Amino acid sequence: MKKLLMGNEAVAQGLYEAGVAVVSSYPGTPSTEITECLAEHRDIYSEWAPNEKVALETAFGASLAGVRSFCAMKHVGLNVAADPLYTMSYTGVNAGLVIAVADDPGMHSSQNEQDSRHHAIASKVPMLEPADSDEALRFAKAAFELSEEYDTPVLLRMCTRIAHSRSIAEVGERKDVQPKPYHKEWTKYVMMPGPARVRHPIVEERTKKLSELGNSCDFNRVETGDPSLGIIASGTAYQYAKEVLGKNASYLKLGLVNPLPDRLILDFAKSVKRLVVIEELDPIIETHCTKLGLKVEGKNLFPLCGEFSQKLVAEKLGVPVPESVRLSDPVPERPPVMCPGCPHRGVFYTLSSLKLTVLGDIGCYTLGAAAPLNAIDTTLCMGASVSGLHGFNKASGASSAQKTVAVIGDSTFMHSGITGLVNISYNQSDSTVLILDNSITGMTGHQQNPSTGLDIHGDPAGKVDLEALCRAIGIDRVRVVDSYNLESVKKAVTEELAVSAPSVIICRRPCVLLKGVPKKAPLSVDSDKCRGCKSCMKLGCPAISFRDGKAHIDKTLCVGCSVCTQLCRFDAFLGKEEQLS
Amino acid sequence: MKSGNIIIVGVGGQGSLLASRFLGELFVSLGYDVKLSEVHGMSQRGGSVITYVRFGQQVASPLIDFGEADYILSFELLEAARYLPYLRKGGRIIANTQQIDPMPVITGKQSYPQDLKEQFESLGVEADLLDCLSLAGLAGSVKAVNIVLLGRLSRYFDYPEEIWYQALERVVPPKFLEINRKAFALGREKAPLEEK
Repeated sequence: MKKLLMGNEAVAQGLYEAGVAVVSSYPGTPSTEITECLAEHRDIYSEWAPNEKVALETAFGASLAGVRSFCAMKHVGLNVAADPLYTMSYTGVNAGLVIAVADDPGMHSSQNEQDSRHHAIASKVPMLEPADSDEALRFAKAAFELSEEYDTPVLLRMCTRIAHSRSIAEVGERKDVQPKPYHKEWTKYVMMPGPARVRHPIVEERTKKLSELGNSCDFNRVETGDPSLGIIASGTAYQYAKEVLGKNASYLKLGLVNPLPDRLILDFAKSVKRLVVIEELDPIIETHCTKLGLKVEGKNLFPLCGEFSQKLVAEKLGVPVPESVRLSDPVPERPPVMCPGCPHRGVFYTLSSLKLTVLGDIGCYTLGAAAPLNAIDTTLCMGASVSGLHGFNKASGASSAQKTVAVIGDSTFMHSGITGLVNISYNQSDSTVLILDNSITGMTGHQQNPSTGLDIHGDPAGKVDLEALCRAIGIDRVRVVDSYNLESVKKAVTEELAVSAPSVIICRRPCVLLKGVPKKAPLSVDSDKCRGCKSCMKLGCPAISFRDGKAHIDKTLCVGCSVCTQLCRFDAFLGKEEQLS
Repeated sequence: MKSGNIIIVGVGGQGSLLASRFLGELFVSLGYDVKLSEVHGMSQRGGSVITYVRFGQQVASPLIDFGEADYILSFELLEAARYLPYLRKGGRIIANTQQIDPMPVITGKQSYPQDLKEQFESLGVEADLLDCLSLAGLAGSVKAVNIVLLGRLSRYFDYPEEIWYQALERVVPPKFLEINRKAFALGREKAPLEEK
């Protein structure tokens, strides 16, 4: 049956059809929906793990126990999971193990633009890259076969435009896969120097065999068109090239992107006059072609940075592009913002008004860096706020510790913040960490985490008690405030900064977008009372604008959080009751 | 149409994903190859969003580029202006007249352009502007702006009405179907905005 599927849905469908039995992931755009779709199948086990390393090790354990297992993550998540990955390459698998990794060229929702193919090369693990939903489904399914036949984990590389595009895919039935027995085999699974020295040559031999496979497998194909121009591409770049050139070029379309197929590339190169590699991000195929002694073009034409498109491909290859018009004046930017009623907003307003240095982290609250709050000084990676704060304070002493804080969300704290807090406690810095607990993993679209007490299905689960955890780590000063209450947030931050001891302030208030979180009626502005002082505008709430010298509330956006009322000295904001009276 | 390109633009959270899935289901039901490209993650948080809908015999790229869109379906007026370069020569803007101030306007750094309709006209661009927010309210939910606009778009295609309603049924949960049917009908039937 043919269905219109998002790339991530198609991956989930392919894995399901292939008989996947255990799924463990940490959410990360653009990979999240794969695991969410798998979780809809109650006949398989799926979970959100605290981070990608734990998720991949869980999947490895399941593979060892004999069932096909899977793990999804975004590109930077693979850095976290790199440690198990690189050695799993040596141990190989028992039942098939597939890892989806989603790159984000153009950084639609990421902190960097790293190219996951480097991890595949460095860990010597095969990598498949689909170019639409149908391939996503087929490749995901085939990845398990590849994994078991070659005794290796298999990486499935997605990117934003494949993961979040919908196209038609052929959907089939789930295959019944019998679990494989587990046999103790310490020379294969205990990677200490002796056995690992035996395994490494096996890995090198496997790579050679896979490269040979690439010369003849269905993942790679040659499409013969005009031989004057030969394009080597994979994924999105292949689609852009097809869009622009159609039959006016010949193509070597690669699906197995690591290891690369030497003979196929050499034969293709011989069949065309001009050879061009089109690849987003780094010149990996191009460099391989150069190593093979080929005369090839690539990054001399195409950029290293950003996402490609058909226009870019056309321009770089000298194909005319359609005319377009634009307005004479530039249009105001519309950057992403924290939602109306976001519990983080008041916290950042407070940190900003106290003129603190704020080490930030990864999540919705990263948006606290933007105007008008401008509250965040750094964002690096998951957990770096907490450990960075410790280093910052150790370097600058009390003068810093009294005006510097870290902010980290509940899910990010579970992911990688705990170990940083252990360091603060163990090596004693007078650091003040704010855990912004909105009771959900927000930015990726509302996934549960170990501190919410619910599992991936929303069913009751184990719950990490944040206060108890921080105390157990050795933080004696742990307090909880309501994120909406500006006065209590300010009091807590001021007091904890003044104390010469490590402290944690948990700013707690569930994400306003969560189902079941009651929304209040929108506020309105009493224009007689409003003096147009713009105090409320400093919050940067999308529901408040300034019209004709007065504050104005957009009733379609306001959720009545009332943080703005706490800033108004003239009682100009009216709640529902006051509006009625 | 043999093939077509529609971009759906607006502010994150306005319902562009549902709109693109609606059109995707519609064109699949008509036997086309279809590709849609969506925005998830950070940009969804109140930022400017663009979703691409392509249909034809065989569609390669999931994106629509400058000068290629037959229609710009815009949930917010400023966003129609932002993505204007995507419109092909002779293409049409179909836009909600609602104005949502972006942060640089809220903070007073920039101002919201007031004469966008005139600017579109001066460039020779056809713009069908409609107060979808009021119509959505009339249908029973201000959230149905996306469906009002889709109703509007349907006027420009020669497909039988029931094809559209069938696609609507496939993407909207049953309990919201009635409101959305009303919203679609209002967008489809409402006379074009008179020149002001």
